[in-house]
Amino acid sequence: MLNSMRDLAPIILVIAFFQIFVLQQPPDNVLGLLTGTLFVVVGLTFFIYGLEMGLFPIGESMAHAFARKGSIFWLLVFAFALGFGTTVAEPALIAVSDKASEVAAEAGQIAATEEAMETYAAGLRYTVALSVGVAIVIGVLRILMDWSIHYMIMAGYIIVVIVTSFAPVEIIGIAYDSGAVTTSTITVPLVTALGIGLASSISGRSPMSDGFGLIAFASLMPIIFVLIYGILI
Amino acid sequence: MEMLSELLSLFLDTMLDVLPIAGIIFGFQFLVIRKPVPNLKKVLIGLFYVLVGITLFLLGLEQALFPLGRLMAEQLTDPAFIHGAGAAVEQFDWKNYFWVYIFAFTIGMSTTIAEPSLIAVAIKAREVSGGTIGIWGLRIAVAIGAATGIALGTYRIITGTPLHYYIIAGYVVVIVQTFFAPKVIVPLAYDSGGVTTSTVTVPLVAALGLGLAETVPGRSPLIDGFGLIAFACLFPMISVMAYAQLSEFKASRAKKKRQKKEHSGQDLKKR
Repeated sequence: MLNSMRDLAPIILVIAFFQIFVLQQPPDNVLGLLTGTLFVVVGLTFFIYGLEMGLFPIGESMAHAFARKGSIFWLLVFAFALGFGTTVAEPALIAVSDKASEVAAEAGQIAATEEAMETYAAGLRYTVALSVGVAIVIGVLRILMDWSIHYMIMAGYIIVVIVTSFAPVEIIGIAYDSGAVTTSTITVPLVTALGIGLASSISGRSPMSDGFGLIAFASLMPIIFVLIYGILI
Repeated sequence: MEMLSELLSLFLDTMLDVLPIAGIIFGFQFLVIRKPVPNLKKVLIGLFYVLVGITLFLLGLEQALFPLGRLMAEQLTDPAFIHGAGAAVEQFDWKNYFWVYIFAFTIGMSTTIAEPSLIAVAIKAREVSGGTIGIWGLRIAVAIGAATGIALGTYRIITGTPLHYYIIAGYVVVIVQTFFAPKVIVPLAYDSGGVTTSTVTVPLVAALGLGLAETVPGRSPLIDGFGLIAFACLFPMISVMAYAQLSEFKASRAKKKRQKKEHSGQDLKKR
């Protein structure tokens, strides 16, 4: 509880400072603000508690179980399903792809009818979910094969730069943003635990230098896929 | 009463989000691994806590912080505030948006510190590194990066310069740093870009971007409103590697100093 309060204190300070000194307008609903803040504090406390009790252990125990089972095929299927499944229903992604369809309609890329926009938005959503699935698979393969993350990320950047120069200008902002919105509050702990569990159960891998990096792929790959989607459509 | 029904519907929404994930986990557990989950009861209770936690967290944000944050983003980007009430807006100057940059920086910093995904990764990083990477060290390093990114992103929207030049320049910095940063930190640094931007930061930052793009003359919200999140995602990589480089540099300097002292101590003894 106390920790959560400390986590939130900066936000409250910033907002209070700007309200009082810069905008000089008192907020109208002080009581609602206080109860809301209390909810946030309690919620954060529960979340962190549950994280260490539920999400971390299950992610790691599954990674250990897959490593012991020795079936790379099923591990990769699991990695893909986890990436795809957690992304496709992500509310932030749904919001962004709806916005993107508006941009495309305005730019005259697709017909400005509701139907065309819906197909475009759904296509974008599945593209991003597919890319996150592929990203987690690549990330898991990296841990298994001990590939160097530097060169893979650099190659990714180079592809992004090349694809950007061919992509329509309107899609670029959305593509770059889509990389960041895919990783939600539940996905991140699970995927992190999966990576660290894998790295610690394979001999010769260090959890510190091999276990992290899955999220990095999951936030880079959507950029490439969305840019390509923008070029193709 | 109204709050209670909102709480319930939000809880159901969160459940729906979590359902596919739970389905995948338990499906694979029972069909592929075919072993009972260790401490099943504890794990289930933990998952339930996570659900309750996220629900309360989101409800509280919706009630308190988001409306206020959005309102402030609107007020700060309002032309009447920026140019002074009634002043003729003829000369357009990016320096007038002084308060916007400060707001972008501070709100980026404070929301990143409260970001639950970042807390999760920081907890793991401390555990795995055996305590050399502190929870707060990482969180503050990431927060400074995100804050710088968002402040620079607002500058980009105001001046209307193309997004990809900034991003490509950022990539170049990341690549150069990668070669000089301690090897161990690199994957964690790459990850920290993706975790900064979720439940707390995205809605507030997106509101700021859209507000700016709507009020600054000559910007279109649809095209220029995007891209702030990409900045918030790129800069933490730079700041986390810089943090690691800095602490390595400090450590090696302290070591050199100590060696020097020992050396001079020995010299004295010899004499």
